[in-house]
Amino acid sequence: MRYIEPHAHMVSRTTDDYLAMVTAGCKAVCEPAFWAGFDRSSANGFYDYFCQLTEYEPARAAKFGLPHFSWLCINPKEAEDLKLADEVIALIPEFLPKKNVLGIGEIGLNKNSRNEMTILEKHVNLAAENDQLILVHTPHLEDKRKGTQLIVDLIKSDSRIDPGKVLIDHLEEHTAKIVMDAGFWGGLTLYPESKCTSPRAIDILETYGADRLWMNSACDWGVSVPLAVPYAAQEMRRRGYDDDAIDQVFYRNPVRFLSQCPNFNIE
Amino acid sequence: MKPNNQQNTVDLYFMDARAKLIDIAAFMDRVERDGFAEDFRYKAFKDALSALESENRTQEVLLSFSDPTEELIPAATTKAACGAWPDKPQ
Repeated sequence: MRYIEPHAHMVSRTTDDYLAMVTAGCKAVCEPAFWAGFDRSSANGFYDYFCQLTEYEPARAAKFGLPHFSWLCINPKEAEDLKLADEVIALIPEFLPKKNVLGIGEIGLNKNSRNEMTILEKHVNLAAENDQLILVHTPHLEDKRKGTQLIVDLIKSDSRIDPGKVLIDHLEEHTAKIVMDAGFWGGLTLYPESKCTSPRAIDILETYGADRLWMNSACDWGVSVPLAVPYAAQEMRRRGYDDDAIDQVFYRNPVRFLSQCPNFNIE
Repeated sequence: MKPNNQQNTVDLYFMDARAKLIDIAAFMDRVERDGFAEDFRYKAFKDALSALESENRTQEVLLSFSDPTEELIPAATTKAACGAWPDKPQ
């Protein structure tokens, strides 16, 4: 099979993971900026991180023949400090011309606070002003329903944003309808303990259709599985789906969304 | 979206679901045996079990654990989520 890994934090993974992904049929990996597991002490830490995402990590992936793309932002977990967040957002335009940058992400909310919303608005504005795709992180667990609704309401209220150029990630059964009905793309994240298992992700596909959904591993420094995407494809096979349906979900869908950014070229 | 070669769903998932159900039973026995039945997360867990009687079980279980409010909070005082809304009336 061939597949795209549309959401993976490869800076936290080993070269063994790159080798396993390529061996399983991965044709491109996309890496959103995220929380490192600790708060960075200054905007300089983000500058270095953005260099890592746009220069070093693509070179590391290229050693395995894997095209690497990235999204840029300050994540909502570090948005409570407005001064720091403003300094980081001011850095982003310098990196947007880099050839592997897909857009602004993964932005969103974490605990649904006022400052998180302020920084989300600034990211959306940055994307609108620079005609960028948007990748959105929705909150965890008990905060997800409320945060997803707040995010959808905010982005829908900005007439400059085409919902077809926004993917809202980490959907579950109680948030998928909110996102799908609003015309956005949706992401299903395959985690062992939270978010979605493969069978549940396929249930959501069967409920809402496969037109605007993709699956990702969101593998990072926590409990996560870099091969979760091809494992989900295997689960679809077990349910009786043919190769064409699997190719649509795991390759053609992400290619269709990501190709709205001219930098996404894997030919 | 449906598979063109539909399989028997019970054949595919019964043993896995059976094992998980027994794990849930064992978890509840363990929590109560060890004296943690008053933990708000465990109370929320028991409350969510009633959602299994609903029509949209998965969605209703998730909503049972969710913050039902609509307003932004003044400030985030933690980064982590715990899996159950702490302010849910018991």
